[in-house]
Amino acid sequence: MSQQIELKYNISADDFTRAGEASSDVKSKLKQMGVSPESVRKVAIAMYEGEINMVIHAHGGEIKVTISPEEILMVLKDKGPGIPDIDLAMQAGYSTAPDKVRSLGFGAGMGLPNMKKYSDEMNIETELGIGTTVTMSVKLQ
Amino acid sequence: MTVRELLEKNIFKLVNEGENTGREISVPYCCDLLSIAMGKAPSGAAWVTVMANINTLAVAALTEVACIILAEGVLPDEQTVNKAKEQGITLLAAEEPVFETSLQVYNLLNA
Repeated sequence: MSQQIELKYNISADDFTRAGEASSDVKSKLKQMGVSPESVRKVAIAMYEGEINMVIHAHGGEIKVTISPEEILMVLKDKGPGIPDIDLAMQAGYSTAPDKVRSLGFGAGMGLPNMKKYSDEMNIETELGIGTTVTMSVKLQ
Repeated sequence: MTVRELLEKNIFKLVNEGENTGREISVPYCCDLLSIAMGKAPSGAAWVTVMANINTLAVAALTEVACIILAEGVLPDEQTVNKAKEQGITLLAAEEPVFETSLQVYNLLNA
């Protein structure tokens, strides 16, 4: 891996049958590149949670993944409603997911906490009515 | 015990035989909330759950569990079975509740 590789994915709103496909694709690419299983797992979990959040809350969006020798950088950008209280949203167990989503096994309020736990750095920029951009990185060295 | 050895015991109904049947089963793992399972399911686990939808398969693929066992007589819809085939994930079904199903796996692992 001598140079950067960029991957881009469009995430559709409310499409639970395709949710996870972008994370799966990144996971298999990282495996092929010989990234350590532990780092692959961290990226896969952090990105899947982000992807699911975009499907549930944000009318979909776009994920950009940049793979370099030093880190995997994930930028998840949506034009959703924004997060009114980030501290509250970060609390394990706090969820605003609708019943429809809970019946699928989501909505445990673990999305953002899992993203924070499995990435080495996470930053959330959000504006109500405009959208949210979550940036996460997993360090490779 | 490998996934293949578990299949050969014939105690659970086989819904889909995956590509990974040579894998060692590390531990039974029970959880129905996908967002918890996503963060906690151990790699190589036999994941026992009543949540049988397409997202269960996505979580199984990402966490690299060895197989999924659906408990309580729950059966997946066609879309979910197709996804299991596509992703090469072993999918089993049991009539017993989650605890009893996991206990059977636990006993086999510790026999």
